[in-house]
Amino acid sequence: MSSIIGRNLLAGAEADPAGDAGHGADHPERVGFFTDTSVCIGCKACEVACKEWNAVPEDGLELTGMSYDNTQGLGADTWRHVAFIEQDKPLGHAVTGVDPGGVDHSGVDVFALAAGTTAPAPPREQAEVPTPDGRTELRWLMASDVCKHCTHAACLDVCPTGALFRTEFGTVVVQEDICNGCGYCVPACPYGVIDQRKEDGRVFKCTLCYDRLGEGMEPACAKACPTDSIQFGPLDELRERAAARLGQLHDAGVADAQLYGESPQDGVGGDGAFFLLLDRPEVYGLPPDPVVTTRDLPSMWRHAGAAAATLLGGLAAVFALHRDYRKAR
Amino acid sequence: MMSGSGVDRDGVYGERPGREAVVGGEQSVSDRPPSGTPSERGPGRRRGRRGRRGERLMVPEAEFTSYYGRPVINAPTWSARDIAGYFFLGGLAGAGSVLAAGAELTGRKAMARALKVSSLAAISGSGALLVHDLGRPARFANMLRVFRPTSPMNMGSWLLTAYAPTAGAAAVLEAAGRLPRIGRAATGGAALLGPAVAAYTAVLIGDTAVPAWHDGHRELPFVFTGSAAVAAAGMALIASPVAENGPAVGAAVFGTALESAASRIMERRLGFVGEPYQQGKSGRLKRAAQGLSAAGTAGALLWGRRNRIAAALSGAALLAASACTRFGVFQAGVASAEDPKYTVVPQRERLRKQAAGDA
Amino acid sequence: MGVRTWIQDWPVYRQLTGDDPLGRGAAAMSARTRALRPRTGTADRVVKSVCPYCAVGCAQNVYVKDEKVVQIEGDPDSPVSRGRLCPKGSATLQLTTGSARRHQVLYRRPHGTDWEPLDLETAMDMVADRVIRTRRETWQAEQDGVRVNRTLGLASLGGATLDNEENYLIKKLFTGLGVVQVENQARVCHSSTVAGLGTSFGRGGATTFLQDLQNADCIVIEGSNFAEAHPVGFQWVMEAKARGATVIHVDPRFTRTSALADLHVPIRAGSDIAFLGGIIHHVLENEADFRPYVLEYTNAAMIVGEDFRDTEDLDGVFSGLHEETGHYDVTSWQYEGTQVQAPSGESDKLYDERTHSGHSVSTSGQSESHGSGGAAVSGQPHRDPTLRDPRCVYQILKRHYARYTPEMVHEVCGIPPETFEKVCRALVDNSGPDRTSEFVYAVGWTQHTVGSQYIRAACILQLLLGNIGRPGGGIQALRGHASIQGSSDIPTLFNLLPGYLPMPHAHRHEDLDSFIEASKTDKGFWGNMRAYMVSLMKAYYGDAATAANDFCFDHLPRLTGSHSTYETVLAQLDGTCKGYFLMGENPAVGSANARMQRLGMAELEWLVVRDFSLIESATWWKDGPEIETGERRTEDIATEVFFFPAAAHTEKSGSFTNTNRWIQWHHTAVEPAGDARSDLWFMYHLGRRIKERLAASTDPVDRPVQDLAWDYPVHGPTAEPDAEAVLAEINGYGPGGEPLSAYTELRDDGSTSCGCWIYCGVYADGVNQAARRKPHTEQDWVAAEWAWAWPANRRILYNRASAAPDGTPWSERKAYVWWDEEAGKWTGHDVPDFVPDRPPTYEPPEDATGPDALSGVDPFIMQADGKGWLFAPAGLVDGPLPTHYEPQDSPVRNPLHADQQRSPVRQAFSREHNRFHPSGDEPGSDVYPYVVTTYRLTEHFTAGGMTRWSPYLAELQPEMFCEVSPELAVQRGLEHAGWATVITARGAIEARVLVTRRMAPLTAGGRTVHQIGLPYHWGPNGYTTGDAANELSAIALDPNVHIQEVKALSADIRPGRRPRGPELLDLVESYRQRAGIDENTGTEVRG
Ligand SMILES: Nc1nc2c(c(=O)[nH]1)N[C@H]1C(S)=C(S)[C@@H](COP(=O)(O)OP(=O)(O)OC[C@H]3O[C@@H](n4cnc5c(=O)[nH]c(N)nc54)[C@H](O)[C@@H]3O)O[C@H]1N2
Ligand SMILES: Nc1nc2c(c(=O)[nH]1)N[C@H]1C(S)=C(S)[C@@H](COP(=O)(O)OP(=O)(O)OC[C@H]3O[C@@H](n4cnc5c(=O)[nH]c(N)nc54)[C@H](O)[C@@H]3O)O[C@H]1N2
Ligand code: SF4
Ligand code: SF4
Ligand code: SF4
Ligand code: SF4
Ligand code: SF4
Ligand SMILES: [Mo]
Repeated sequence: MSSIIGRNLLAGAEADPAGDAGHGADHPERVGFFTDTSVCIGCKACEVACKEWNAVPEDGLELTGMSYDNTQGLGADTWRHVAFIEQDKPLGHAVTGVDPGGVDHSGVDVFALAAGTTAPAPPREQAEVPTPDGRTELRWLMASDVCKHCTHAACLDVCPTGALFRTEFGTVVVQEDICNGCGYCVPACPYGVIDQRKEDGRVFKCTLCYDRLGEGMEPACAKACPTDSIQFGPLDELRERAAARLGQLHDAGVADAQLYGESPQDGVGGDGAFFLLLDRPEVYGLPPDPVVTTRDLPSMWRHAGAAAATLLGGLAAVFALHRDYRKAR
Repeated sequence: MMSGSGVDRDGVYGERPGREAVVGGEQSVSDRPPSGTPSERGPGRRRGRRGRRGERLMVPEAEFTSYYGRPVINAPTWSARDIAGYFFLGGLAGAGSVLAAGAELTGRKAMARALKVSSLAAISGSGALLVHDLGRPARFANMLRVFRPTSPMNMGSWLLTAYAPTAGAAAVLEAAGRLPRIGRAATGGAALLGPAVAAYTAVLIGDTAVPAWHDGHRELPFVFTGSAAVAAAGMALIASPVAENGPAVGAAVFGTALESAASRIMERRLGFVGEPYQQGKSGRLKRAAQGLSAAGTAGALLWGRRNRIAAALSGAALLAASACTRFGVFQAGVASAEDPKYTVVPQRERLRKQAAGDA
Repeated sequence: MGVRTWIQDWPVYRQLTGDDPLGRGAAAMSARTRALRPRTGTADRVVKSVCPYCAVGCAQNVYVKDEKVVQIEGDPDSPVSRGRLCPKGSATLQLTTGSARRHQVLYRRPHGTDWEPLDLETAMDMVADRVIRTRRETWQAEQDGVRVNRTLGLASLGGATLDNEENYLIKKLFTGLGVVQVENQARVCHSSTVAGLGTSFGRGGATTFLQDLQNADCIVIEGSNFAEAHPVGFQWVMEAKARGATVIHVDPRFTRTSALADLHVPIRAGSDIAFLGGIIHHVLENEADFRPYVLEYTNAAMIVGEDFRDTEDLDGVFSGLHEETGHYDVTSWQYEGTQVQAPSGESDKLYDERTHSGHSVSTSGQSESHGSGGAAVSGQPHRDPTLRDPRCVYQILKRHYARYTPEMVHEVCGIPPETFEKVCRALVDNSGPDRTSEFVYAVGWTQHTVGSQYIRAACILQLLLGNIGRPGGGIQALRGHASIQGSSDIPTLFNLLPGYLPMPHAHRHEDLDSFIEASKTDKGFWGNMRAYMVSLMKAYYGDAATAANDFCFDHLPRLTGSHSTYETVLAQLDGTCKGYFLMGENPAVGSANARMQRLGMAELEWLVVRDFSLIESATWWKDGPEIETGERRTEDIATEVFFFPAAAHTEKSGSFTNTNRWIQWHHTAVEPAGDARSDLWFMYHLGRRIKERLAASTDPVDRPVQDLAWDYPVHGPTAEPDAEAVLAEINGYGPGGEPLSAYTELRDDGSTSCGCWIYCGVYADGVNQAARRKPHTEQDWVAAEWAWAWPANRRILYNRASAAPDGTPWSERKAYVWWDEEAGKWTGHDVPDFVPDRPPTYEPPEDATGPDALSGVDPFIMQADGKGWLFAPAGLVDGPLPTHYEPQDSPVRNPLHADQQRSPVRQAFSREHNRFHPSGDEPGSDVYPYVVTTYRLTEHFTAGGMTRWSPYLAELQPEMFCEVSPELAVQRGLEHAGWATVITARGAIEARVLVTRRMAPLTAGGRTVHQIGLPYHWGPNGYTTGDAANELSAIALDPNVHIQEVKALSADIRPGRRPRGPELLDLVESYRQRAGIDENTGTEVRG
């Protein structure tokens, strides 16, 4: 195992995941997504384009009350998910000019309302006319989430059948003809991406349009995106572009802008699909510091070995204490 | 602002891709200072309570935020009955094989036979549960399609592939009373593989993003092997004549001690993330397991070698205790996956410490 | 499979022998994975197409395998969309191939309780018989002693989703039959645009194109939710932003557009004229106008007649108001010493004066005829180039807007002065020689009782700032459906003939010449109207049209008033209209007062619905809301209903005209399945049958039908007419039968024919120019070789104004079209919108007419005076200048005109099912205390026929909801994600509640105004269902163009679901009683 760790095959920066997965020296460049949420218009074209291309089934008709997000999250039947977050703070220098002044309505927590706790029905006599509350700071964040195609992909690592594999493009794909629905990859993914389609039994997630990549086509979601919020390309190029973009936004005074999943030094060795966010990751439902679970696999096996030995040793000791059975008879 | 663009007689110059649009950038319309840095501004109302440095984080940070309270990771899709049952039966089989071998070596014939049979039955049952839980049971053979050291389930499959026939041979040859040498070798082999079978399932759940499982990966194998010993001891108490019960009683004491010590250490170390082990459904299962194993062990110590019925009842209590432990661990994992705070808060805390360390 | 290969196929073997020891990559691949190929790669062919949803007109590639469409995605070559598609465009595969599509003709017999299948041929015969029967039964030779030559017994609705060729056949056949009630979505969508832009500039289309947004320095999006309703077009806003442009969104709600804007300005719905008027005031007060532009290119210097009185003088009304009839006499609005005929406005208004003959029975709905040609001015108007004469337009404007101060804007719109100041500053700073600002609007402006005036206000402002005709400038009217621009150009509209030629009104002794005389202008290209009209008559009636018979001018049916879709509903309720075609429109959900629409249909003898699925307009007799409330019983409804499945855009060839007048061709990818047929097929074969049945008739009534030219080649298994042949007819033929290449080639002697003069050139050289697809990467941003735009393939209209009077660009940063002295012609990036070789110095001789009368500095070549109109002396029936009036139903007292709440001349039909609310401080107005506005979501389309049946879109917005502020939620006890009921005098609907800070209460009219947002996409049928917002709206119309007011209503909201059954009616009635509503409520002219 240590040789594996030495080659960074379980955690840490890994320069060439496809090569390390046996795709030979002349495999294509690693590709991925840079999703720049600052230019997302929340249109959900990415969601639909993905479904049309991959014939993903409809995922339930439920009005959630989570702003305009009725998709709720990634899953077996949703490979792109657009999050909507309404916040009481400004987006950089952008302004919304609602009448300032008036009464403070901090008693009404709309985000709590949106999170599902229902508004306390006010007693009728108390329901005097509320007045505008100086709502000058308002922003609506939208972000399209997708499988991260991790450099160290827990889903892939734990998959017992080889259904999940690393492609020559460095992406992570489920082979529908292999998956036996063991479900192991589901809790292994630190981002809650891959999931089981109950009626089918197998798991599904974004393939980064593996079939399209093979013909030099852009993934369906990125192609549809009206504002180029989803940018597809060689990962190295995207990382450079993202760094420049971050600088541009910071210079313009959008201090909240931050990259997520872009660093090869992070817990999963960097994401193949990374993001520019305008708030902390958890606000978007993303883990702030995900770590690929297999990083600790050697330690797990060591502890398991010790535990097995303890069991063997302990029970041996018990028998040692009771060795005199026949004599006692 | 961008005087470098326009349309002259040659056409448009200074074009820029739309993806470079600066939303929220400094504009003529604003007379407001820029919004704060990410670390200053969190969404929602904050009360500014934070875990003091170095102190174990027992409550979520007040600034914990989530996306509409939705989980960050996906909870296992496994059914508790199948998978916790699979863990339980695997433990029973694995530790049972060790007891069987010990019994055989120490001449406890009845106990040896009983445990060989129970291990075969248990491992068959656990295999059946595992296959049953597959979304595509017909494809269970794909488990051996690859040899993937990074996958505990794959390793487990190979392990079971080795263990199950061995344990089977041990039991069948014992029952048939033939080929004693091979039978003995099989019994020994099963006893050596058995502890691995009992322990690997802890790696299997530890190797997930489920906070209560992953973070407990050091102690969980001990919890599991301890619990396996408890189960096997229970089975021995039920199935063996009282006269042969000495080691079973010892195993019960050993298993209970190991399991409860490991649990305690784990929960203490996990702190906040360990909460689910104590709360809700899993908390109830855990307390039931504690009660049952205490009762079973006490019963075994008091009557295990004297009273067949009491011994059997104690054994049943121990079996039940072990099952409760596995179901409890399972449920704790599910609960920790379903509540985003168990994912977010420790990671946030880690980042905070890192930043503090860097500074 | 041998053991050997079996082993070698075992990944473990490959792990051991290959480079992938951990089995995580190459070794783990299955044979299927290795063989994987995209279905686009294996397709048999790729067919070029255009998105069938909205008017952005994104290009699509349709992949066909085994004669099935297997994938539809964006065509990267398109200069406007660059391969991108919004969620609807991305769902086109599901739209066209999904299980919601119907493929069988259905029939509901009178009083029947269910559908029955019917054979297609039989159904066609039955419809043809009914058309002939009803036409005969309802034929009207005269009205009030004047020849009208028509039937009001038949009507048709729909066209914006159809191809231009289909619209052409619909209008042609129905006009031939004497049917005047031919309407489409253009009425309910953007008709006020045509009137507003047309009267101001001479043409009713957006003045620019989407890609040119990138050149704007400031973009004001107001009355449009650009990012949501035209998502792919929005990329050009982002491009401008990347180049440093300031983006401002003025909208009652904080939307997905606001989220990307630099400044969001919340505004009270229905108050934009006050806001725009405030900016006009700011510009004039600070003399921040672009003076050389204003002086030369607008009518600022013109002197208005001394009889003119402004709203400021007459307590909120202009001179000329007849208080009894609620109409203006527009004579006093004229320039001094002239008579003006607005080419895009009410061109018939001055019929009597202009022809000195005949008698105008009625005038109506003419404002849109300025879609391509302004109103006429005769004589030489007086000018004061110093702009100091108190009666010059500039001074009138200044006085008119003097009270539109920031404080007044605050009072009316609820916009704080600091915010308002920001908008003024941004606009002024970004206008002038070096910089340009663009306005973008859509139906947030058009759908008001003063909708045309909203647009006029923007035109005035953009003229003052010198932003028309220049790169990055202009007014971008974002149109709705894929071809709604086309269905206005080649109109299925009652008041228009193709190319914005007016439909003739009934007059005594009118002939072709007096008709032309009344409508054309003396100066500019509208002066050649006779050539356009005669060529059209040749296209319609072919050889039968001769100089001797006035080119069959008498065949045309005559108007006697408004016959808009809303009047048609009244005609249905009255029993006048008996047969109705719905071809791609869903009024039971999409039109104002949906209940009236259904009740009207329930009075019909027969109804034909052509659509993809069983929309509400096809099934109301079975499961409509009136059946639920018990008001109507299915068994009692005598209407016969035919349902014909329509072919999708992938199943037929034809052209759509996008929001920027681009005519784009889509090619047939596959044959339609089952009974599904194109609308072209339907119209052609219906017409063929009717003509066959009437061929032997000797009744003079049938003569126009017999004369109608109706020969189109057909092909394929379904005998589909050749759409290109129709396009060629639209384009026109010269004397030798050769395709024409420009409308300047048209003649008024009958030697040329042309189905739509403004489209002349689309088939130049016999080549389908609309099918041109030179990739944007191979041409500049104007993309002149992608498709074809009317007029004459121009992309920015009035582009002569991009150069200074001397012909040089205003600035080298904004060069577009300029005078090339050496070559002696205009040149630049676009087709010059001017006489190509007319030098800037040209002064026309006194007696010149038509184009020759245009001087070298008259950029508005379709205008009667060559100028952009700050003041509209003609063309509109509700005033020469926009002034703020409250919506028909408003909780706010008009802060500007205390004695004039609403537009005095608005059209409000008070009927049993169409009652209005008390407004302002009238008693009972507090029963409906909140402002409601209705709008769209990215995820759905209009009345839902193309999205509610699509699972992929339905799941994204699965339920009807309302948006309210936290304050309103507290005030009314509304629970987030719970239910609420919204109530007006017309109806009550339920919706799930979204409590959001994106809705903010405003302080306006001295009170807190809460606004409720309602998307209008839902109805009771489909995959996702819900109540329709239009159960709440009323038929209250803009008098110029008869567009309904659905953007600002008043209503009440309460927690909980609405009652079912008869109790629903009781609820509505109890509100009416509490508010004291009767037939007179809200109908007064003054007050
Ligand atoms: N996704 C999608 N796209 C569409 C359509 C669709 O249904 N769905 N429909 C197509 C059609 S037919 C059309 S016509 C266009 C329409 O496109 P839009 O006009 O952009 O559509 P709406 O949402 O009806 O209205 C635009 C905005 O006007 C605001 N508004 C309402 N009242 C007022 C007012 O009084 N003043 C101001 N300033 N704003 C007001 C609303 O809040 C809304 O945000 O979209 C086309 N594109
Ligand atoms: N309250 C409120 N009401 C409004 C508006 C609003 O903003 N608020 N907006 C108004 C506006 S702008 C508009 S444009 C209208 C739109 O209202 P509608 O036009 O009534 O709505 P659609 O659902 O677009 O109806 C078009 C129908 O045409 C069908 N169709 C599509 N393609 C074809 C074809 O090729 N052939 C045939 N035969 N059928 C076809 C579609 O399936 C669909 O059912 O609604 C208006 N009503
Ligand atoms: S995000 Fe999850 S599903 Fe995607 S590659 Fe990483 S671990 Fe696998
Ligand atoms: S469910 Fe399928 S993909 Fe996931 S781990 Fe199991 S076999 Fe692999
Ligand atoms: S890359 Fe392909 S599979 Fe992945 S989200 Fe985009 S469209 Fe879907
Ligand atoms: S990422 Fe692109 S396609 Fe997806 S919602 Fe945002 S803008 Fe639309
Ligand atoms: S609906 Fe409009 S914006 Fe969307 S893809 Fe179609 S044409 Fe483009
Ligand atoms: Mo529209």
